[in-house]
Parts: sequence; structure tokens; C-alpha cells
Amino acid sequence: MSLISRIRNVFRKGNLQREIDEELADHLDNAVATGRKRQEAERALGSALRHREASTDIRLAAWLDSLRADTVFGLRQLRRRPTVTAAAIVSLALAIGAVTSAFRLIDAVLLRPLPVAEPQSLFVVGYTYIDDVTGKTEEGDSFSYPQFRAFREAVKGKADLMVVDYANRVDLTYASDNEMEKAYRQHVSGNHFSVFGLQPALGRLLTESDDRKPGAHPVAVISHDYWTRRFGRDPKAIGRTFRQGTVLYEIVGVVKEGYTGTETGAMTDFFVPAMQNAEAIGTDGWQWMRIWGRPKPGVAESQVQQPLQASIRAHRLERTRNWPAHALKTRVEQYVNTTLTLNSAAAGVSGTQRNYRRPLLILGAVVLLVLLIACANVANLLTAQAAAREKEMALRVSIGAGRARLVRLMLVECLILALSATAIGALFAWWSAPFVVGMINPRDNPLRLDLPADWRVLGFAAAVALGVTILFGLAPALRASGVKPMAALKGGDEPHSRRRLMNALVAAQVAFCFVVHFASGLFAATFERLSKQPTGFATERILLLQTNVAGPRDAARRPQNVWSEIADRIRATPGVESAAFASWGLMSGSGWSSDVRLPNRQPDTLSPYFLGVSSGWLDTMGIGLLAGRDFRPGELASRIEAQKKPVEGVAIVNEAFAKKYFNGDNPIGKSFETGGRDNLFVRNPIVGYVRDARYRNMREAIRPTIYVPLDNAESGTFIVRTTAADPELLALPLRRLVSEVRPEFRVSGVLTQAELVRNQTIRERLLATLSLFFAGVALILAAVGLYGVLNYSVLRRRREIGIRMALGARTGHVVKQVSTDVFLMLILGSGIGLAAGLASERFVESLLFEVKGADLGLLATPFLTLFAAAFLAALPPVIAAIKTDPSTALRSE
Amino acid sequence: MAKPDILQGSLDLLILKILSRRAPLHGYAIMSGIVEISGEVLRVEEGSIYPALHRLEEEGWIKAQWISKENGRRSRVYQLSAAGRKRLPVEENRWTAVSAAIHQVLKLA
Repeated sequence: MSLISRIRNVFRKGNLQREIDEELADHLDNAVATGRKRQEAERALGSALRHREASTDIRLAAWLDSLRADTVFGLRQLRRRPTVTAAAIVSLALAIGAVTSAFRLIDAVLLRPLPVAEPQSLFVVGYTYIDDVTGKTEEGDSFSYPQFRAFREAVKGKADLMVVDYANRVDLTYASDNEMEKAYRQHVSGNHFSVFGLQPALGRLLTESDDRKPGAHPVAVISHDYWTRRFGRDPKAIGRTFRQGTVLYEIVGVVKEGYTGTETGAMTDFFVPAMQNAEAIGTDGWQWMRIWGRPKPGVAESQVQQPLQASIRAHRLERTRNWPAHALKTRVEQYVNTTLTLNSAAAGVSGTQRNYRRPLLILGAVVLLVLLIACANVANLLTAQAAAREKEMALRVSIGAGRARLVRLMLVECLILALSATAIGALFAWWSAPFVVGMINPRDNPLRLDLPADWRVLGFAAAVALGVTILFGLAPALRASGVKPMAALKGGDEPHSRRRLMNALVAAQVAFCFVVHFASGLFAATFERLSKQPTGFATERILLLQTNVAGPRDAARRPQNVWSEIADRIRATPGVESAAFASWGLMSGSGWSSDVRLPNRQPDTLSPYFLGVSSGWLDTMGIGLLAGRDFRPGELASRIEAQKKPVEGVAIVNEAFAKKYFNGDNPIGKSFETGGRDNLFVRNPIVGYVRDARYRNMREAIRPTIYVPLDNAESGTFIVRTTAADPELLALPLRRLVSEVRPEFRVSGVLTQAELVRNQTIRERLLATLSLFFAGVALILAAVGLYGVLNYSVLRRRREIGIRMALGARTGHVVKQVSTDVFLMLILGSGIGLAAGLASERFVESLLFEVKGADLGLLATPFLTLFAAAFLAALPPVIAAIKTDPSTALRSE
Repeated sequence: MAKPDILQGSLDLLILKILSRRAPLHGYAIMSGIVEISGEVLRVEEGSIYPALHRLEEEGWIKAQWISKENGRRSRVYQLSAAGRKRLPVEENRWTAVSAAIHQVLKLA
């Protein structure tokens, strides 16, 4: 009670003084009540102020004072042994820094609530679906606008729903069309800002009246961050116009500082009304946005979920009526009977979260293990120190220090260590968190993360410092305070329990270290195997120019052959070996899958991939032709023309396609059918048969893929193979060339194929690099710990060793004597670590690729590394033990 | 004859003793109690009772609580805690031993 009351008193000093005054006033009242004169009583009581000070001191200052004394003493103790102190602080600082840094990332990506009103009651609607390419159950959250309308109607009065689309990086121009800029855009419903409870910093925000008719509200609200970066907080930004796509937007307001959209990992620069995505409003074909919502006060989430579930079922059932008759029954059922969930969205919702939740948590766990290793290290150092200070402690006990007092003395010392380490660690975290973010930054889609160092981070660091103090300080402190003065002052009594504690700590360190090494081995192997996956196409010397075409969206009204015209011009440029174009680059993240129909074959639930490519694309990408031919210039894909007239078009297929649909036979001359809408099908004769190439990512098995001719698209990618090793040298001239040949063509992004392939393994590279780094740190810490324990044990047993040697013990015997314990701990720790590692594998499995934990090579590596490190660490103390000179060892005490 | 001040160190004992008989009491009542029971031989310096009470409270030997009086003011009243109840015989024995020793010195010296 008294410790707590004193701490409380420190924080309520004013209150305390009022209480004392009140008590003294009561004293005078009582005196007067017994018939004394007030003046006389006041004189007898003396100066109220003096009593108040005396009482205040008793009730708080004495405690603080002794704390101060402990601090001064602790500092002096730490300064007296600078090496140990420095070692402890550095290892702790590294670990605390890493943990804090991991926390900053986890907090920024997964935990930090959106800076909006009552974020915890917000939800995002999600549903399950079966991926038609992989056949796996996935979670989706994209909806069409008509579905949103149906939802809104279904929960009218129960919840506020809104549209928030995916943050997209788009091109826009201010004033001159030549200066293209990139900015992140989100379409939002008119009620978005009011439901989120956001205020404008300048101008106005979007309202319901900005979101009524498709395409009729060219207004934009910009984020405070964008206002600062782009306009230097110029109030004249309001009223500025910019062109994005074909629309001229006017900036009407700036949202309050801190709000940068709903997606962590992407910071939205400007918000426009959902109605501005005019073409998508009326159709179910575009699933382009998330649906956010908040139940009205007093409405339970289940009361919102049920009507939404009913609504999606009804809506989808209606849609399937228009599905082609050949659609699979199971697929229709899966589609209609989807399960709808309301997912908590307090911390925002983004693809970054989905991709990095697990990796970040794993990194967090890894650095936590490193922290525990560091704690064990410091605990061991302190335990060894405590042995040296045994006599001091004994003296304190014999002159009357209580046990609690001794524990406090030691803990204050530990706290000083922990706080210094935290301060240095914070600096480390300051630098390292943005560094890690830098590692997960593909150039075409940089991760933009707010990493503030605010009270959350500081609070976390403080909590870590305190937790760490207790972790590494408590056991040694209790042990030291439990000293028996008689035995200690007489000297020579070595409690075995201390060695037991140190040994247990060594075992724990080894176990943690093993887990970290095991995990890093898994991630390193995954990264290695994934990056060595054959892609099936050439990745070097290839430049991709992502290009948009301004003008009519209707393909029929766009001029023909313009893409080929530009490709010809690119080909004529010096330094270009070949050029072609496609809908998008392989491994760019985009994809298109669709059903095909083959004679005498049941339709199945998995669809092949499609990609539109020009003639010459196969050659440029280095994809080998097995049989047949490439597309010819001017060839077109199959299509349904006006008056429902099907027109045949040629196609090229890959090995996987031939294997699945033709048992691996040469498919040239055969055909398949596409289409299906209104029961119209169109034939696609296969003219080319090519080798497999990866389409979307490195992990999936190569899937059946169909290439079809591409022309006059509204967007696409020019693929250029250069003669020079560095394709980027041509980026600028080619970019200019495209717009010169055709002003309506605009290059919005330039990438290299190698970069796209590398981007596929960013996550794996991150995990491998960081876990290897921490494995190294863990190993060093564990080795230092091992060395410390052995060294201590040799020093303490010098006399014993001396006697044994004097009695004729052999060197081997001494070595065994000294190191048996520690090596037993090494084996025990590895065993525990192995079990823990194998148990944790399930959690990391989804991040692995063709790697199994039970792989002998992967298991052997941590064992070998640990034993090698242990051997090195044990060498100096063991040599010292062997070199013990019996005569000096025995004479010294 | 001037009334003697309470001996250094004995005030705590007297407070504990008074509180073990009659409780809860406020500071003034404790002070009057000591004066009264000693047959007005002992004098408690009025101000020193409160620091002593607060010290005993922080030691955990007595507990305090506020009670309201009819006139709307509050009184802080004290009573022994379990620890204080255990402490009392220790303090009493110590005092008896010390005073016996002093007595012996006075007699034999």
C-alpha cells in the first residue's frame, strides 16, 4: 500500500497539501470545541506551513530521495565497469531498436486507427469467392456500383454505406499538357467525409450534392499532404484546375491534416466523387471499389450483415440469369451463395496490409526473440557481476538493508541500462524503419507510409524498456538480494543455483537463436528458389513503355494500325533490337482470364489466361515457337461485330494449354470457342504453339495461356529489346518518340522487365534479408553470452581446477569439467529450438516456396552454425582453464 | 514544575497504544488522550502529532480515513492496521527494556 500511495502522492501533491491543511483546520476546530481560545490554540499548534512541509516530506519526498540515491549509486556502479556496461547497452540497444522499428512498421501498416471519428465502428464489406484460375477460395472486397445501390437500399436507416475505390496512381496535368504528374486518386461517395467526421482545412469537402449524376461533378478535394508537397500550402490552390483523363477537375478544398485516404501503404492525394467514374456507375461488369460503412447508433452489426447478405444473394441471382447457358452449375451456386462479412476497418484496408501482415508479424516475432536473447545475455552478465558484488551485498544486509531495498538497488541499475539502451535503440529505429519501407518499394508503385514517432511509439519503447528491465534484472536482483552474509563474507561458498540460472539462460538463448536461424534458413531458401524459377521469357535488355491513348474510348472509332506504326518507328531507333506491344507486360500484375469452350469437352471451373499481343511480341520476349507461326501484322482477334455477327480470329497457345486441352498434342489447326454472351460463340483457330512463359507471378504453376492479336487498344505497353545492356538508357528518347509520332499517345510509366520480375520477390527478399541479418545478430549475442558464462565458470572454479591439476588431472579432463554443462545446454537448447521451429513452420508456410522445414539441409545449418559459434566462444575460457597454474590459483585466495 | 515533553521516539508508541484502546480517533483526540491518561504529566507539542501520524501511516501501522462532520467539514480519523497491531507489543517491549535499563543506570551509577 505504501509504495503505491507514495507514487500516487507524488502525482497529487496539491491534493495532498490541501488534505493536510484540512486536517490542521480540524485540529483547531476541536481545540475550540473543548473550550480553548482559537488564538491560543493556533499559537500552540505553531506554523501551519511548517507542519505541512514536514508531513508532505513524510508522505512523498523520502521515497523520491532514496530513489535518487539509488540512481546515483547505480550510475557509479555502471561506470566502474565500462566494458560490461557498454556490452550490455549495445546488445540491448540493437535489440530494442529492432523491436521498436518492427513495432513502428506493424503499427503503421496494421494497427494505427484512421484519423477519423470513431474508427472502431467502421467496417468494410467482404465476401468469399473461388478464384477461377487457381480454384482456391479467396477473400474479395470489390463490388460494382449497382450492387452498392442495392446494399444502400437494403440497410437504409440501419447503416451509412459509402463507396471508396482503390487508391490508384494516375496521370494528371496542370495547365500545360506536357507536364505529366503522378498522383493517387480515390473515388468516394458524397457522404464519405461527413460519415468519417472530417473537417476541411481549407475550402469545402465533397457532399451528397457532388455525387448525384454520372460524370457531372468535376470537383476534387486534395489531401493536406498533397497540398503541402504540390502547392506549398498556397491558399490559391483552391480553384486550380487539373486534367485527369479527359476530365478537367477543379480543386474545391483541402481535407484536414493527417487524413490520406483509407489505404495504408498508399497515401491518397485527391478525392473525387464516385459519380465521376461515369462508365462504371450503371454496369455490374466493373467491380471497382470497396464498400465502407458504419452502423447507425444502437444498431448491431448483425442487423446490418443480414440484409446485406440477402441483398447480394438476390442481386447475384438476378445477374446469373444473363449468364451464358453453358455456365457451370457449381460455379453459379458458388457465386450466388457467397458469404458476406463485415470486416473491421479501424486501421484502414489495403493490399499492403494483406500482403505484409504475416511477414511483418513474423519479423516482429524474430526481433522479439533477438530481444529475449539480448535480455538473457544481460541477465547472465548481471548474474556474474552479482557474484563479484556478493561481499558488498552481504555487507549491506549485515548493516540492516532490507531485501526489498537491495532488489530496488539492483533494479534501478538495470533500469538505467535499459533506458540508455532504449535511447540508443530509438535512434536505430528512427533510421531503420524507413530503411525497411525503402526495401519494399517497387518503383512504379512506391509504398507510401506515414511513420510518425508519436506517443504510441514512445509508449511502446518505454514499455519495452520496463519489460526488459524486469526480464533481465529481476532474477539476478532477487538472487543477489538473497545473499547469506555469513557465507558470503567468509568467502568460497558458491551457490550452485546461480550456475543453474546461468545455464538455463544459455539454453534459452540457444533455443531462441535456433528458431531465428531455422526461420531465416526457410526464408533464404524460399527467396533463392523463387528467384531461380524459370520465367520462360527473356528478362534482360527489355524496356516496357506503359502507354495510354487519349480520345474516343470506343475502339471502332479509333484509327487502326497506329500501335504498329509507333512500334515500327521504335524499331527504327538506333539501339533498339526489336519492338512489339501487348496489353500489358508479363508479371506486371495485370491479368485477364476467360472461359473457353472446346468440342467434346465438359467445361470446368478453371479458366485459361488471355493476353493481347502484337506480331513480333514472341520474338521480342524470347518465347520460343514450337510449331505454327507468329501473328501477322493486321491480324485481329475473334470478336462479335454489330448485328451479333461472330468473326473468327487467330490464337496462339502455350504448352500448358496443349497439355490440358489436347493431351499435349500439337494443337496447330485445332480451335476453341470463346464468347457465350447471348449464347453467341466464336471460333478461334490455333495458328501458333509456343513454350510456356510465366504470366502473373513466380509462385503459381504455369497455367494454360492463350495469346490473341492486339490492335488499337486504349492502353497498352510497348515492349522494346535494346542492344545495350542497360535498357533504361533509351527510356527518355523513346518516351518522347511515342508522343511525337502520335500526340494522343502518352507514356505513363517506364519499367524494365527485369524490374518486374524482381518485384515479384520483394516480400521474399525482405524476409530473407532481414531474417538473415537478425540471425547474425542473434548468433553474435548468443556467442557472447556463452563466452560470458564459460568465462565466469572458469574464474569461479579456478581454485577447484588448480587442486584437480595439482592432483594430476589431465587437460582433457579439465576441458570436460569446464565445458560439459554448457554443451549440454547447447544440445538441450537446440532441441527445444528445433521443436519450436518445426511447430512455428505452420505459421510461415504460406510464405514459403518449395521449402519444407523437415529438409535435412535446412535443419543441419542452424545446428552447425550454432555449434561452430559455440566452439569459438568456448575456446578462450577453456584455454584459460587449461593454462591454470595450480600454484598461483591456490595461493591467490 | 514544567511539564516534560514526550521523550524522543516514545510518541509513536503512545499513539499506537491509545489507538489500540480507543479507535478511530482524530489527531486532537489522540493528543488529548495522551495528556489526559498521563494525568496531565506528559505534554504533546500540538504540531508534532501530525507528522508522527503521517509517518506511522506511511509505515503501514495505522490507517486513516476521512469522516464527515455535522458542520460539513471533514475529520481525518486513525486506527491501527493489522501490521500496527503486531508492532505494538514489539514497541512496548522495547520501551520496557530501555526504561528498565535507564532505571538500572540511575540506581547503580
